[in-house]
Amino acid sequence: MEQNILKLDPKLKLVYVWQQPVRIYHWTNALAILVLCLTGYLIGAPLAIQSGAEASYSYWFGIVRFIHFVAGYVFFFNFIFRIYWGFVGNEYSRWNNYIPLKKKQWKGILEVLKIDIFQLKLGPYETVGHNALASTTYFITFIAFVFQCLTGFGMYAAMSPSWFPKLFAWFVPLVGGDLAARHIHHLLMWVFILFAMIHIYLVFYHDFIERNGVTSSMIGGWKFIEVHDDEKGEVKDER
Amino acid sequence: MTKKRPTVYEELQEKGYSRREFITFCGLMGAWLGLEASGVTQIVKALETKPRLPVIWLHLQECTCCSESFIRSSHPIVGDIVLDKISLDYTETLMAAAGHQAEKSLHDTMKNHKGEYILMVEGSIPTKEDGIYCCIGGKSAYEVLKEAATGAKAIVAWGNCASSGCVQAAEPNPTGATPIHKLVHGKPLINVQGCPPIAEVMAGVVVHILTFGRIPALDSLNRPKAFYSRRVHDTCYRRPNYDAGLFVQTFDDENAKRGYCLYKMGCKGPNTYNSCGVIRWNNGVSFPIQSGHPCIGCSEENFWDNGPFYEHLKSFPGFGIESTADKVGLGLGVATGAAITAHAVATNIRKRKLINKGLKEIEKEKENAKE
Repeated sequence: MEQNILKLDPKLKLVYVWQQPVRIYHWTNALAILVLCLTGYLIGAPLAIQSGAEASYSYWFGIVRFIHFVAGYVFFFNFIFRIYWGFVGNEYSRWNNYIPLKKKQWKGILEVLKIDIFQLKLGPYETVGHNALASTTYFITFIAFVFQCLTGFGMYAAMSPSWFPKLFAWFVPLVGGDLAARHIHHLLMWVFILFAMIHIYLVFYHDFIERNGVTSSMIGGWKFIEVHDDEKGEVKDER
Repeated sequence: MTKKRPTVYEELQEKGYSRREFITFCGLMGAWLGLEASGVTQIVKALETKPRLPVIWLHLQECTCCSESFIRSSHPIVGDIVLDKISLDYTETLMAAAGHQAEKSLHDTMKNHKGEYILMVEGSIPTKEDGIYCCIGGKSAYEVLKEAATGAKAIVAWGNCASSGCVQAAEPNPTGATPIHKLVHGKPLINVQGCPPIAEVMAGVVVHILTFGRIPALDSLNRPKAFYSRRVHDTCYRRPNYDAGLFVQTFDDENAKRGYCLYKMGCKGPNTYNSCGVIRWNNGVSFPIQSGHPCIGCSEENFWDNGPFYEHLKSFPGFGIESTADKVGLGLGVATGAAITAHAVATNIRKRKLINKGLKEIEKEKENAKE
């Protein structure tokens, strides 16, 4: 592929990729995960406070836990909403993007690995929505979301009088009790942290290489997609 | 065994207990079982009218700490009710009979009280090498258990050994120690968790069976709800320190003296279901946390493998005993950061060239256009 990846007058087309609900979901999710990781880490390893105060004068750890539980609820229902949107949203947010069932998706994963991750081939490989590797990764994180909710609310059931967390209580004995659930919950926190690092880096990378405005697309919803002369169906010419 | 058997109350009277002591005991039991006032009357009535409960108490792969706990209970009747009053027909540790006599006693009970006796088991069952690791009277523990379980009305699994295998089932479990509920099916089974269980909890279970003729309400792990529905953490008197974020850092610091929360010392109270914070031990004198020691979670499955006891986070298998999820996570985080940096550098080397080349071509095109 020795074609010039820059053009003097590239024919750019604006595509409305991320609908408003998807964007709101994304940032709510990002904020919830940030808060959950921060408070969650604190709950796992509280700060050392040497204080002569009586316990009745302070409640900071209780507040940290409260914020964690509230953020947990936000995270859960936001996730449920996203699943719903996977059935009613536009083609880029549909559920079948995320589950690699078609040969084309696996081919895409291989292409992205070759071009972007290991850089064995020079690009570009352009997709309008998520690329195949990204959407599969999101699917894996969705599974992590499910387990994080099951372990989280499952453990919360023991300390909450509410009926809602009780719906998750059955899961804890399946993994071998609270301690095991706690361990899984803690490990998955690290999965989210690692995911966030890679995710943010790759967004910047794609924005730099593909120049399609992917970073701002999650704010405004629009992506700039180059129209090639030798259209091979990768870029759909429709609004 | 055709002669009319005396009731529990009659036997207690014979032993010299006063009516007051008897009623005190019934009241205590009612409170521990969480019964309403009328429930206490039911206990009194049951003990006054019902004869002794035939019991076979098997000691398998265990240390007898459950029995030890039991005989140290707060009210003397608690111990008496099982050890003297509920016809302990067979128990390896405490019975006077030995050898063939003991075997005969066991078989008599199984025959004469078929379908009514309660089988109480202390200890796990070794399953590896045909169970040769624990044999009694020439039979393996598993055979003994199977035989005794056949005619039992219900099975009570005492302690962590019988409920989930305890220390002998910890990695690598050389004897293949297995809890009762995985080997015996189709019988009502109660897991009375703990290493050992609290004496009053054990008595409560026995009294419940005696009073109501059925096993108490159980949770999803077959533990009696009355005693195992709350975490040690929820009933801990140090809990306000947890919510206030006041933690002991080391066993000899100021905070330890002040009696702050032992969460950072590896206390498993937040993950352990038991009544230690309520009933306490040795006549309600104390419990581990009150004595300044973190809960080790002895009433939870795999508590030996969920260690170390003094670390809050479980050690991570496969990465050495020093590793925790946080250390592994941090290591992966650093590795990811390095990978990202390497990728960014590679991108700039490999694709920058392409971009620069493209830019030059555009410059050329522009110049061509000018001309």
